[in-house]
Amino acid sequence: MNKILLIIQREYLSRVKKKSFIVLTFLVPFLFIGMIALVGFIALKSKDLEDEKKVQVIDESGLYKNQLRDTKVITFVYTDANYEQAKTTFIKEGYNSLLHIPAGEGAIELLSEKKPSASTIETVESSLSHAAEARRLAAAGIDTGVLAAAQKRIEIKAKQIKDGEEQDAQTYTAYAIGLLSGLLIYMCLLIYGTQVMRGVIEEKVSRIIEVVISSVKPMQLMLGKIIGVGLVGLTQFILWIVMSVVLSGGAAMIMEKRAMDATPQIQQVQHMAGNKEELKQLNKLQQPDGAAAEIMKSIENIPVTYTICCFLFYFLFGYFIYSALFAAVGSAVDNETETQQFILPITLPIIFTFMLSQSFIINNPDSSLSVWLSMIPLTSPIAMMMRIPFGVPWWQLAASMILLVLGFIFTAWAAARIYRVGILMYGKKASYKELIKWFMYKD
Amino acid sequence: MISIQNIVKQYAGHRALSDVSMDIKKGQVFGLLGPNGAGKTSLIRILNLITAPDGGSITFDGEPLTRKHIERIGYMPEERGLYKKMEIGEQVLYLAQLKGIERREALRRAKMWFEKLEIQAWWHKKIEDLSKGMQQKAQFVATVLHEPELLILDEPFSGFDPVNADIIKNEILELNRKGTTIIFSTHRMESVEELCDSIALLNLSKKILDGGVKQIKNSYRNGTYMLEYEGNANWDLSGAPFEVLSTETLEETNRIKLKMKPGQPQNEALHYVLPKVSVRHFEEVVPTMNEIFISTVNKQVVS
Repeated sequence: MNKILLIIQREYLSRVKKKSFIVLTFLVPFLFIGMIALVGFIALKSKDLEDEKKVQVIDESGLYKNQLRDTKVITFVYTDANYEQAKTTFIKEGYNSLLHIPAGEGAIELLSEKKPSASTIETVESSLSHAAEARRLAAAGIDTGVLAAAQKRIEIKAKQIKDGEEQDAQTYTAYAIGLLSGLLIYMCLLIYGTQVMRGVIEEKVSRIIEVVISSVKPMQLMLGKIIGVGLVGLTQFILWIVMSVVLSGGAAMIMEKRAMDATPQIQQVQHMAGNKEELKQLNKLQQPDGAAAEIMKSIENIPVTYTICCFLFYFLFGYFIYSALFAAVGSAVDNETETQQFILPITLPIIFTFMLSQSFIINNPDSSLSVWLSMIPLTSPIAMMMRIPFGVPWWQLAASMILLVLGFIFTAWAAARIYRVGILMYGKKASYKELIKWFMYKD
Repeated sequence: MISIQNIVKQYAGHRALSDVSMDIKKGQVFGLLGPNGAGKTSLIRILNLITAPDGGSITFDGEPLTRKHIERIGYMPEERGLYKKMEIGEQVLYLAQLKGIERREALRRAKMWFEKLEIQAWWHKKIEDLSKGMQQKAQFVATVLHEPELLILDEPFSGFDPVNADIIKNEILELNRKGTTIIFSTHRMESVEELCDSIALLNLSKKILDGGVKQIKNSYRNGTYMLEYEGNANWDLSGAPFEVLSTETLEETNRIKLKMKPGQPQNEALHYVLPKVSVRHFEEVVPTMNEIFISTVNKQVVS
């Protein structure tokens, strides 16, 4: 036992002391925030980032004349020119495309110099459809104003009954938490699992393995390594959590301060603002119960401790189970390039669950497939974390956890049988047949 | 100290050790000899409990060898290895602690050894920044730091330059004088004669020869002598009590290799030649371990 502690200590310290660990731990939160900000920025400004396009329109039907509304990116310019002639000249005249609306039944055509983007085609199509719709509605004698009022969007407020009490269902928050924890577990299983594998290969290649296992059992070395690397992962997580709390706390404070500074200005503007709509918006900014406050409120409603505990459990045991497999792979090869053939079957369940979780589990957290996936040890770490924010019966959670622990014990045992032989094999190309033979060797 | 009885080790496709038995006594320097692939490393791994034999038994001081003995054994594998990114001082301490030595005690001993081998200035250097000789010295320190009663060294001198090999050799002999039993494997026979008390010769998974070095050499004596003399090379040898095996002409002298006829003591040869030539040198030709090794191995291949 004492020796396992020594091994854990060495594995842990040698990694935590590395520069790359420190840099990664302190940079990732900033990178993450930066990435989210960048994606948000691009999504917000995507219209501005697109090129403006000019489309020359030849309307032979006469039905769309001055009916196509310009958008931010597309300007329609009408011409009475002959189609055949315009075909040859529109590029020279500085147009990106030529839209030809024939009289009668013929298809409407969009002629472009380069392949038009999907969004261009979509925009032109929707402009045409809108124009056609408006024309037909008018022909049928329907007032467009009445129609718009009739088409008013309805929003529902989802509630769930828990312990006999009504609660806001927080579906979107559950969504976000499920996706985030699923993603984190997926990344960690791969990152730390690979680290264990690299560690095993390093010991094998540097030949220290023989010295070490003349002092400790291979099983002790393997477990020590797995636990040591796992603790590194845990340390990184805790630091990330602490940092994001500090960062978001800091951000909240800055925002509050700015809001306070801005208050007199807003009041000033209020005096000047004649428009009522503008005033309303300003008030919204000022009051704390805006959209941001609603998010804060919904986060308060989820059981934070429960979710974090579940997350840590599934992260740790998911990691244990996969890193045992990665350790067995590392022991079977002489260098990292040979690992490919063994890594794929190991990572397949993770990738499969991850992909399925984004599309299926998150939308159907209580379907039988989701329940099964959250029970099977190799898929449960991701699948269960997707389900937990939506509420999971306690007996399912207990069954899944017990199965995961049992799965880990079995995997560690099986991996250790391959590991103890593999670490002493050099220059022998390991095949699956070979691995089974190693597994069968008696002690 | 160690008694090996009928050890069998079978790998898929080939047999590494078949029915090998030998005894290593306390305080001996025991050489495990054999060409590459003879099974030396397999046997050494079994002695270190790294792998288990398929048959046979080993006792350590009369008790069956188990994990509890592992802390009394020091092992330096043929393929040396240390963590590349770890400081050597820290590394030596780590390995000693794995052998059950307390950190403070390990530190004290390590400091002493580092000074003795003149590598103390490199305590905080990483292995990858050290020369090969330096790495080997650190490895040696790591092997002996827990003061094992039995030291098992697989090809200890390979990879050392002559100067460092000599330093390590002297350290090994000094440990032996203090009572450490030493087993080392090698295929370099010249190191055997000066170091070993006893040897065992392995070839093709079998033990083909073992015993004390002196006894083995004596049993290979066959009455061959070398005579070096000044004077005429062509002299009459009729009636000599020996046969001439070969002759050789050197700058000032001649040399012949001779074999005494059955029942003739070697002094008879001197009686015979003294009146005829001026003798410079006369000595018995004892086969070197190398010759014994080669002839034994070849005999086994032929038979």
